[in-house]
Amino acid sequence: MNEQVPQPTPLDLEPEPSSFKLIFTLGLVGLLSGLILAGAYLYTLPIIEANKAAALQRAVYEVLPGCAEFQTLELRDGRLLPPPETEGSGEQSDPAPRIFAGFTADGQLIGFAIQAQQAGFQDQIVGIFGYRPEQQLIVGFEVLESKETPGLGDKIMKDPAFIANFSALAVEPLPKLVKKGEKAQPHQVEAITGATISSRAVVRLLENGLDQWREPIRNYLSTQNAKDE
Amino acid sequence: MNKPIETSRTAEEFLKGLWRENPVFVAVLGMCPVLAVTNTAINSLAMGLATLFVLIFSSLLVSTFRNVIPKQVRITAFIIIIATFVTVVDFALAALAPDIHKELGAFIALIVVNCLILGRQEAFASKNPIGLALADATGMGLGFVFALFCLGALREILGSGTLFNFPLFGEGFEPWVIMILPPGGFFTLGFLLLFINWLQNRRQKQQTASMN
Repeated sequence: MNEQVPQPTPLDLEPEPSSFKLIFTLGLVGLLSGLILAGAYLYTLPIIEANKAAALQRAVYEVLPGCAEFQTLELRDGRLLPPPETEGSGEQSDPAPRIFAGFTADGQLIGFAIQAQQAGFQDQIVGIFGYRPEQQLIVGFEVLESKETPGLGDKIMKDPAFIANFSALAVEPLPKLVKKGEKAQPHQVEAITGATISSRAVVRLLENGLDQWREPIRNYLSTQNAKDE
Repeated sequence: MNKPIETSRTAEEFLKGLWRENPVFVAVLGMCPVLAVTNTAINSLAMGLATLFVLIFSSLLVSTFRNVIPKQVRITAFIIIIATFVTVVDFALAALAPDIHKELGAFIALIVVNCLILGRQEAFASKNPIGLALADATGMGLGFVFALFCLGALREILGSGTLFNFPLFGEGFEPWVIMILPPGGFFTLGFLLLFINWLQNRRQKQQTASMN
Protein backbone atom coordinates (compact mmCIF):
# COMPACT_ATOMS: atom_id res chain seq x y z
CA MET A 1 0.00 0.00 0.00
CA ASN A 2 2.82 2.40 -0.72
CA GLU A 3 0.92 3.67 -3.74
CA GLN A 4 0.48 7.42 -3.58
CA VAL A 5 -3.12 8.48 -3.76
CA PRO A 6 -3.24 11.72 -5.79
CA GLN A 7 -3.67 14.58 -3.40
CA PRO A 8 -7.15 16.10 -3.90
CA THR A 9 -6.99 19.80 -4.71
CA PRO A 10 -8.87 22.14 -2.38
CA LEU A 11 -11.42 22.69 -5.12
CA ASP A 12 -12.46 19.03 -5.00
CA LEU A 13 -12.88 19.07 -1.24
CA GLU A 14 -15.39 21.86 -1.23
CA PRO A 15 -18.95 20.92 -2.02
CA GLU A 16 -19.92 21.90 -5.55
CA PRO A 17 -21.99 25.09 -5.32
CA SER A 18 -25.45 24.83 -6.82
CA SER A 19 -25.95 25.95 -10.39
CA PHE A 20 -28.30 28.56 -9.06
CA LYS A 21 -25.51 30.16 -7.06
CA LEU A 22 -23.20 30.24 -10.07
CA ILE A 23 -25.82 31.77 -12.32
CA PHE A 24 -26.89 34.20 -9.62
CA THR A 25 -23.32 35.42 -9.08
CA LEU A 26 -22.67 35.93 -12.77
CA GLY A 27 -26.04 37.63 -13.18
CA LEU A 28 -25.21 39.99 -10.35
CA VAL A 29 -21.76 40.79 -11.76
CA GLY A 30 -23.36 41.41 -15.15
CA LEU A 31 -26.00 43.65 -13.65
CA LEU A 32 -23.43 45.72 -11.77
CA SER A 33 -21.27 46.00 -14.86
CA GLY A 34 -24.30 47.06 -16.91
CA LEU A 35 -25.17 49.78 -14.42
CA ILE A 36 -21.62 51.17 -14.42
CA LEU A 37 -21.47 51.09 -18.22
CA ALA A 38 -24.85 52.72 -18.69
CA GLY A 39 -23.81 55.49 -16.32
CA ALA A 40 -20.48 56.05 -18.05
CA TYR A 41 -22.11 55.98 -21.48
CA LEU A 42 -24.83 58.47 -20.61
CA TYR A 43 -22.31 60.76 -19.00
CA THR A 44 -19.75 60.75 -21.82
CA LEU A 45 -22.06 60.54 -24.87
CA PRO A 46 -22.87 64.27 -25.12
CA ILE A 47 -19.18 65.16 -24.69
CA ILE A 48 -18.10 62.67 -27.35
CA GLU A 49 -20.76 63.91 -29.79
CA ALA A 50 -19.75 67.50 -29.13
CA ASN A 51 -16.09 66.61 -29.75
CA LYS A 52 -16.93 65.02 -33.08
CA ALA A 53 -19.10 67.94 -34.15
CA ALA A 54 -16.39 70.40 -33.09
CA ALA A 55 -13.73 68.48 -35.04
CA LEU A 56 -15.92 68.48 -38.14
CA GLN A 57 -16.77 72.15 -37.74
CA ARG A 58 -13.13 73.10 -37.29
CA ALA A 59 -12.26 71.08 -40.40
CA VAL A 60 -14.91 72.90 -42.46
CA TYR A 61 -13.42 76.29 -41.57
CA GLU A 62 -9.96 74.89 -42.18
CA VAL A 63 -10.59 73.67 -45.73
CA LEU A 64 -12.65 76.70 -46.80
CA PRO A 65 -10.45 79.74 -46.15
CA GLY A 66 -12.54 82.86 -45.62
CA CYS A 67 -15.56 80.89 -44.49
CA ALA A 68 -17.39 82.64 -41.65
CA GLU A 69 -20.38 80.37 -41.29
CA PHE A 70 -21.70 77.27 -42.96
CA GLN A 71 -24.96 75.55 -43.66
CA THR A 72 -25.49 71.80 -43.77
CA LEU A 73 -27.13 70.48 -46.93
CA GLU A 74 -28.46 67.01 -47.55
CA LEU A 75 -28.65 65.17 -50.82
CA ARG A 76 -32.16 63.85 -51.38
CA ASP A 77 -33.49 62.75 -54.79
CA GLY A 78 -30.47 64.33 -56.45
CA ARG A 79 -31.17 67.73 -54.95
CA LEU A 80 -29.41 69.64 -52.18
CA LEU A 81 -31.79 70.66 -49.43
CA PRO A 82 -31.42 71.88 -45.86
CA PRO A 83 -31.93 68.99 -43.41
CA PRO A 84 -35.55 68.60 -42.23
CA GLU A 85 -36.38 70.55 -39.08
CA THR A 86 -38.22 67.71 -37.35
CA GLU A 87 -35.08 65.63 -37.03
CA GLY A 88 -34.33 66.90 -33.50
CA SER A 89 -31.88 64.79 -31.56
CA GLY A 90 -33.47 61.48 -32.55
CA GLU A 91 -31.25 59.30 -34.68
CA GLN A 92 -32.19 58.98 -38.30
CA SER A 93 -32.50 55.45 -39.56
CA ASP A 94 -30.78 56.28 -42.83
CA PRO A 95 -29.00 59.62 -42.70
CA ALA A 96 -28.78 61.24 -46.13
CA PRO A 97 -25.28 62.15 -47.34
CA ARG A 98 -24.53 65.75 -46.48
CA ILE A 99 -22.13 68.53 -47.40
CA PHE A 100 -21.47 71.94 -45.97
CA ALA A 101 -21.99 75.19 -47.85
CA GLY A 102 -19.65 77.91 -46.60
CA PHE A 103 -20.52 81.61 -46.61
CA THR A 104 -18.49 84.75 -45.99
CA ALA A 105 -19.46 87.11 -43.18
CA ASP A 106 -21.74 89.07 -45.56
CA GLY A 107 -23.57 85.99 -46.75
CA GLN A 108 -21.74 85.33 -50.03
CA LEU A 109 -21.47 81.65 -50.96
CA ILE A 110 -17.75 80.83 -51.24
CA GLY A 111 -17.76 77.09 -51.64
CA PHE A 112 -18.54 73.67 -50.29
CA ALA A 113 -16.81 71.40 -47.81
CA ILE A 114 -17.17 67.85 -49.07
CA GLN A 115 -16.53 64.73 -47.03
CA ALA A 116 -15.39 61.61 -48.87
CA GLN A 117 -13.55 58.36 -48.27
CA GLN A 118 -11.25 55.95 -50.01
CA ALA A 119 -9.37 52.81 -49.03
CA GLY A 120 -5.80 53.73 -48.07
CA PHE A 121 -2.82 51.56 -47.23
CA GLN A 122 -4.37 50.11 -44.07
CA ASP A 123 -7.94 51.24 -43.71
CA GLN A 124 -10.45 53.73 -45.04
CA ILE A 125 -9.15 57.28 -45.21
CA VAL A 126 -11.92 59.76 -44.46
CA GLY A 127 -11.17 63.29 -45.54
CA ILE A 128 -12.86 66.59 -46.12
CA PHE A 129 -11.97 69.11 -48.81
CA GLY A 130 -13.03 72.61 -49.77
CA TYR A 131 -14.38 73.04 -53.29
CA ARG A 132 -15.08 76.35 -55.03
CA PRO A 133 -17.40 75.59 -57.94
CA GLU A 134 -17.03 79.05 -59.53
CA GLN A 135 -13.29 78.62 -60.03
CA GLN A 136 -13.33 74.81 -60.30
CA LEU A 137 -10.73 74.69 -57.55
CA ILE A 138 -10.03 72.61 -54.50
CA VAL A 139 -8.89 75.08 -51.85
CA GLY A 140 -8.09 72.90 -48.86
CA PHE A 141 -7.95 69.33 -47.64
CA GLU A 142 -7.87 67.68 -44.25
CA VAL A 143 -7.83 64.06 -43.11
CA LEU A 144 -10.54 63.26 -40.58
CA GLU A 145 -9.78 59.57 -39.98
CA SER A 146 -6.95 57.35 -41.13
CA LYS A 147 -4.77 54.50 -39.93
CA GLU A 148 -1.88 55.07 -42.36
CA THR A 149 1.61 53.92 -41.38
CA PRO A 150 3.11 56.25 -38.79
CA GLY A 151 6.13 58.04 -40.24
CA LEU A 152 5.30 57.26 -43.86
CA GLY A 153 1.63 57.22 -44.86
CA ASP A 154 0.55 59.53 -42.09
CA LYS A 155 2.48 62.29 -43.84
CA ILE A 156 -0.74 62.83 -45.79
CA MET A 157 -1.85 64.76 -42.73
CA LYS A 158 1.52 65.99 -41.43
CA ASP A 159 3.70 66.87 -44.42
CA PRO A 160 3.24 70.59 -45.13
CA ALA A 161 4.55 70.19 -48.69
CA PHE A 162 1.89 67.59 -49.46
CA ILE A 163 -0.90 69.57 -47.85
CA ALA A 164 0.16 72.62 -49.86
CA ASN A 165 -0.89 70.66 -52.97
CA PHE A 166 -4.49 71.30 -52.04
CA SER A 167 -4.44 75.03 -51.43
CA ALA A 168 -5.32 75.66 -55.09
CA LEU A 169 -5.83 72.48 -57.07
CA ALA A 170 -7.66 72.57 -60.37
CA VAL A 171 -10.33 69.90 -60.84
CA GLU A 172 -10.70 70.29 -64.60
CA PRO A 173 -9.20 67.91 -65.73
CA LEU A 174 -9.45 65.72 -62.63
CA PRO A 175 -6.51 65.83 -60.18
CA LYS A 176 -3.62 63.58 -61.11
CA LEU A 177 -0.75 62.23 -59.04
CA VAL A 178 2.83 62.99 -60.19
CA LYS A 179 6.23 62.34 -58.61
CA LYS A 180 7.68 64.80 -56.15
CA GLY A 181 9.08 67.86 -57.87
CA GLU A 182 7.29 67.24 -61.16
CA LYS A 183 4.21 69.40 -60.66
CA ALA A 184 3.77 71.57 -63.73
CA GLN A 185 0.01 71.81 -64.19
CA PRO A 186 -2.55 73.20 -61.75
CA HIS A 187 -4.36 69.85 -61.58
CA GLN A 188 -1.31 67.82 -60.57
CA VAL A 189 -0.61 66.57 -57.06
CA GLU A 190 2.93 65.82 -55.92
CA ALA A 191 3.12 62.43 -54.21
CA ILE A 192 4.96 61.80 -50.95
CA THR A 193 8.14 59.84 -51.54
CA GLY A 194 7.73 56.45 -49.86
CA ALA A 195 3.98 56.81 -49.46
CA THR A 196 2.68 56.53 -53.00
CA ILE A 197 -0.28 54.37 -52.05
CA SER A 198 -1.47 56.80 -49.41
CA SER A 199 -0.94 59.76 -51.75
CA ARG A 200 -2.88 58.04 -54.53
CA ALA A 201 -5.67 57.21 -52.08
CA VAL A 202 -6.01 60.91 -51.26
CA VAL A 203 -6.30 61.80 -54.95
CA ARG A 204 -8.93 59.08 -55.42
CA LEU A 205 -10.74 60.35 -52.35
CA LEU A 206 -10.97 63.78 -54.00
CA GLU A 207 -12.26 62.15 -57.18
CA ASN A 208 -14.89 60.21 -55.23
CA GLY A 209 -16.11 63.38 -53.58
CA LEU A 210 -16.21 65.30 -56.85
CA ASP A 211 -18.00 62.45 -58.64
CA GLN A 212 -20.71 62.35 -56.07
CA TRP A 213 -21.23 66.05 -55.48
CA ARG A 214 -20.35 68.03 -58.61
CA GLU A 215 -23.67 67.40 -60.33
CA PRO A 216 -25.88 68.17 -57.29
CA ILE A 217 -23.83 71.32 -56.63
CA ARG A 218 -24.28 72.49 -60.23
CA ASN A 219 -28.04 71.95 -59.96
CA TYR A 220 -28.15 73.67 -56.62
CA LEU A 221 -26.30 76.71 -57.91
CA SER A 222 -28.51 77.04 -61.00
CA THR A 223 -31.68 76.90 -58.93
CA GLN A 224 -30.20 79.42 -56.45
CA ASN A 225 -29.38 81.78 -59.33
CA ALA A 226 -32.88 81.33 -60.80
CA LYS A 227 -34.33 82.23 -57.39
CA ASP A 228 -32.22 85.37 -57.16
CA GLU A 229 -33.33 86.68 -60.53
CA MET B 1 3.14 44.83 17.27
CA ASN B 2 1.06 43.95 14.27
CA LYS B 3 1.05 47.36 12.67
CA PRO B 4 4.68 47.71 11.49
CA ILE B 5 4.61 44.23 9.96
CA GLU B 6 1.40 45.07 8.10
CA THR B 7 2.82 48.32 6.74
CA SER B 8 6.05 46.74 5.63
CA ARG B 9 4.10 43.95 3.91
CA THR B 10 1.98 46.54 2.09
CA ALA B 11 5.06 48.52 1.10
CA GLU B 12 6.71 45.31 -0.08
CA GLU B 13 3.72 44.38 -2.26
CA PHE B 14 3.72 47.90 -3.68
CA LEU B 15 7.45 48.08 -4.39
CA LYS B 16 7.91 44.68 -6.02
CA GLY B 17 6.00 45.70 -9.16
CA LEU B 18 8.11 48.78 -9.75
CA TRP B 19 11.39 47.02 -10.40
CA ARG B 20 12.10 43.56 -8.93
CA GLU B 21 9.01 41.95 -10.50
CA ASN B 22 8.36 44.59 -13.12
CA PRO B 23 5.53 43.26 -15.32
CA VAL B 24 7.27 44.20 -18.58
CA PHE B 25 11.00 44.01 -17.96
CA VAL B 26 11.01 40.96 -15.67
CA ALA B 27 7.73 39.08 -16.14
CA VAL B 28 7.44 40.09 -19.84
CA LEU B 29 3.65 40.32 -19.62
CA GLY B 30 1.25 42.36 -21.73
CA MET B 31 3.51 42.56 -24.77
CA CYS B 32 0.75 43.60 -27.17
CA PRO B 33 0.37 47.21 -25.96
CA VAL B 34 4.08 47.34 -25.04
CA LEU B 35 5.06 46.83 -28.66
CA ALA B 36 2.12 48.37 -30.46
CA VAL B 37 1.45 51.79 -28.97
CA THR B 38 4.81 52.91 -27.66
CA ASN B 39 5.77 54.92 -30.75
CA THR B 40 5.50 58.22 -28.87
CA ALA B 41 5.95 59.18 -25.24
CA ILE B 42 2.46 60.58 -24.93
CA ASN B 43 0.78 57.48 -26.41
CA SER B 44 2.68 55.12 -24.15
CA LEU B 45 1.93 57.25 -21.11
CA ALA B 46 -1.79 57.31 -21.96
CA MET B 47 -1.84 53.55 -22.50
CA GLY B 48 0.06 52.96 -19.25
CA LEU B 49 -2.29 55.16 -17.24
CA ALA B 50 -5.37 53.53 -18.79
CA THR B 51 -4.02 50.11 -17.81
CA LEU B 52 -3.15 51.37 -14.32
CA PHE B 53 -6.72 52.60 -13.84
CA VAL B 54 -8.25 49.32 -14.99
CA LEU B 55 -5.85 47.29 -12.86
CA ILE B 56 -6.53 49.25 -9.67
CA PHE B 57 -10.31 49.21 -9.95
CA SER B 58 -10.52 45.58 -11.04
CA SER B 59 -8.27 44.52 -8.16
CA LEU B 60 -10.38 46.51 -5.70
CA LEU B 61 -13.60 44.85 -6.83
CA VAL B 62 -12.15 41.36 -7.14
CA SER B 63 -10.59 41.60 -3.69
CA THR B 64 -13.81 42.95 -2.16
CA PHE B 65 -15.88 40.08 -3.55
CA ARG B 66 -13.19 37.39 -3.29
CA ASN B 67 -15.21 35.35 -0.78
CA VAL B 68 -18.50 35.72 -2.64
CA ILE B 69 -17.50 34.66 -6.15
CA PRO B 70 -17.56 30.84 -6.49
CA LYS B 71 -14.28 29.43 -7.81
CA GLN B 72 -15.99 27.77 -10.77
CA VAL B 73 -16.99 31.09 -12.34
CA ARG B 74 -14.19 33.31 -11.08
CA ILE B 75 -12.43 33.83 -14.42
CA THR B 76 -15.70 34.82 -16.09
CA ALA B 77 -16.46 37.22 -13.27
CA PHE B 78 -12.94 38.73 -13.44
CA ILE B 79 -13.22 39.26 -17.18
CA ILE B 80 -16.61 40.96 -16.85
CA ILE B 81 -15.22 43.28 -14.17
CA ILE B 82 -12.11 44.07 -16.23
CA ALA B 83 -14.11 44.63 -19.42
CA THR B 84 -16.40 47.03 -17.59
CA PHE B 85 -13.57 49.27 -16.51
CA VAL B 86 -11.88 49.08 -19.90
CA THR B 87 -15.08 50.32 -21.53
CA VAL B 88 -15.30 53.11 -18.98
CA VAL B 89 -11.72 54.13 -19.89
CA ASP B 90 -12.62 53.94 -23.57
CA PHE B 91 -15.56 56.33 -23.12
CA ALA B 92 -13.58 58.63 -20.85
CA LEU B 93 -10.67 58.94 -23.29
CA ALA B 94 -13.01 59.56 -26.21
CA ALA B 95 -14.65 62.34 -24.22
CA LEU B 96 -11.61 63.94 -22.60
CA ALA B 97 -8.75 63.33 -25.04
CA PRO B 98 -10.19 62.53 -28.48
CA ASP B 99 -6.79 62.91 -30.18
CA ILE B 100 -5.13 60.30 -27.98
CA HIS B 101 -8.18 58.08 -28.30
CA LYS B 102 -7.84 58.26 -32.08
CA GLU B 103 -4.14 57.35 -31.90
CA LEU B 104 -4.58 54.39 -29.56
CA GLY B 105 -7.59 53.09 -31.47
CA ALA B 106 -8.37 49.42 -30.91
CA PHE B 107 -5.60 49.00 -28.34
CA ILE B 108 -7.76 50.55 -25.63
CA ALA B 109 -10.36 47.80 -26.04
CA LEU B 110 -7.56 45.24 -26.04
CA ILE B 111 -6.63 46.09 -22.44
CA VAL B 112 -9.32 43.51 -21.57
CA VAL B 113 -7.05 40.71 -22.71
CA ASN B 114 -3.85 42.13 -21.22
CA CYS B 115 -2.64 39.12 -19.25
CA LEU B 116 -1.01 41.40 -16.70
CA ILE B 117 -4.45 42.43 -15.42
CA LEU B 118 -6.10 39.01 -15.36
CA GLY B 119 -2.86 37.60 -13.94
CA ARG B 120 -2.90 39.94 -10.95
CA GLN B 121 -6.56 39.13 -10.24
CA GLU B 122 -5.94 35.39 -10.29
CA ALA B 123 -2.57 35.42 -8.53
CA PHE B 124 -3.12 38.16 -5.99
CA ALA B 125 -6.35 40.14 -5.66
CA SER B 126 -8.59 37.08 -5.36
CA LYS B 127 -6.54 35.78 -2.41
CA ASN B 128 -5.64 38.91 -0.46
CA PRO B 129 -7.41 41.63 1.52
CA ILE B 130 -8.28 44.94 -0.11
CA GLY B 131 -5.32 46.93 1.24
CA LEU B 132 -2.71 44.52 -0.07
CA ALA B 133 -4.55 44.09 -3.38
CA LEU B 134 -4.57 47.86 -3.83
CA ALA B 135 -0.84 48.09 -3.07
CA ASP B 136 -0.07 45.26 -5.48
CA ALA B 137 -2.22 46.71 -8.28
CA THR B 138 -0.78 50.21 -7.87
CA GLY B 139 2.79 48.92 -7.83
CA MET B 140 2.34 46.66 -10.82
CA GLY B 141 0.41 49.34 -12.71
CA LEU B 142 3.06 51.99 -12.06
CA GLY B 143 5.75 49.50 -13.08
CA PHE B 144 3.85 49.02 -16.34
CA VAL B 145 3.54 52.80 -16.85
CA PHE B 146 7.27 53.19 -16.20
CA ALA B 147 8.21 50.45 -18.67
CA LEU B 148 5.90 51.77 -21.38
CA PHE B 149 7.21 55.28 -20.88
CA CYS B 150 10.82 54.09 -21.23
CA LEU B 151 10.00 52.46 -24.54
CA GLY B 152 7.84 55.32 -25.78
CA ALA B 153 10.36 58.02 -24.90
CA LEU B 154 13.30 56.14 -26.43
CA ARG B 155 11.40 55.38 -29.62
CA GLU B 156 10.12 58.92 -30.00
CA ILE B 157 13.55 60.47 -29.37
CA LEU B 158 15.26 58.21 -31.92
CA GLY B 159 12.39 57.85 -34.38
CA SER B 160 11.11 61.42 -34.55
CA GLY B 161 13.84 63.44 -32.82
CA THR B 162 11.29 64.82 -30.38
CA LEU B 163 10.03 64.20 -26.85
CA PHE B 164 6.38 65.05 -26.10
CA ASN B 165 6.48 66.71 -29.54
CA PHE B 166 9.25 69.13 -28.54
CA PRO B 167 12.09 68.90 -31.03
CA LEU B 168 15.31 67.87 -29.27
CA PHE B 169 17.84 68.06 -32.05
CA GLY B 170 18.61 70.63 -34.70
CA GLU B 171 17.43 70.59 -38.28
CA GLY B 172 20.30 68.28 -39.23
CA PHE B 173 18.90 65.27 -37.36
CA GLU B 174 17.60 62.56 -39.65
CA PRO B 175 14.97 60.56 -37.70
CA TRP B 176 15.34 56.79 -37.64
CA VAL B 177 11.87 56.15 -38.98
CA ILE B 178 12.23 52.42 -38.26
CA MET B 179 12.12 53.13 -34.52
CA ILE B 180 8.50 54.30 -34.64
CA LEU B 181 7.49 51.45 -36.97
CA PRO B 182 6.69 48.01 -35.50
CA PRO B 183 10.27 46.62 -35.82
CA GLY B 184 11.50 49.52 -33.70
CA GLY B 185 9.32 48.26 -30.86
CA PHE B 186 11.01 44.89 -30.93
CA PHE B 187 14.50 46.44 -31.17
CA THR B 188 13.89 48.80 -28.26
CA LEU B 189 12.33 46.14 -26.05
CA GLY B 190 15.13 43.72 -26.88
CA PHE B 191 17.85 46.18 -25.99
CA LEU B 192 16.09 47.24 -22.77
CA LEU B 193 15.68 43.59 -21.67
CA LEU B 194 19.33 42.98 -22.51
CA PHE B 195 20.37 45.97 -20.44
CA ILE B 196 18.24 45.01 -17.45
CA ASN B 197 19.39 41.39 -17.46
CA TRP B 198 22.99 42.56 -17.69
CA LEU B 199 22.39 44.86 -14.71
CA GLN B 200 20.88 42.09 -12.63
CA ASN B 201 23.58 39.60 -13.55
CA ARG B 202 26.24 42.08 -12.51
CA ARG B 203 24.51 42.71 -9.20
CA GLN B 204 24.25 38.98 -8.51
CA LYS B 205 27.94 38.51 -9.26
CA GLN B 206 28.83 41.34 -6.93
CA GLN B 207 26.69 39.79 -4.20
CA THR B 208 28.28 36.37 -4.53
CA ALA B 209 31.71 37.97 -4.65
CA SER B 210 31.11 39.91 -1.45
CA MET B 211 29.79 36.79 0.27
CA ASN B 212 32.95 34.83 -0.40
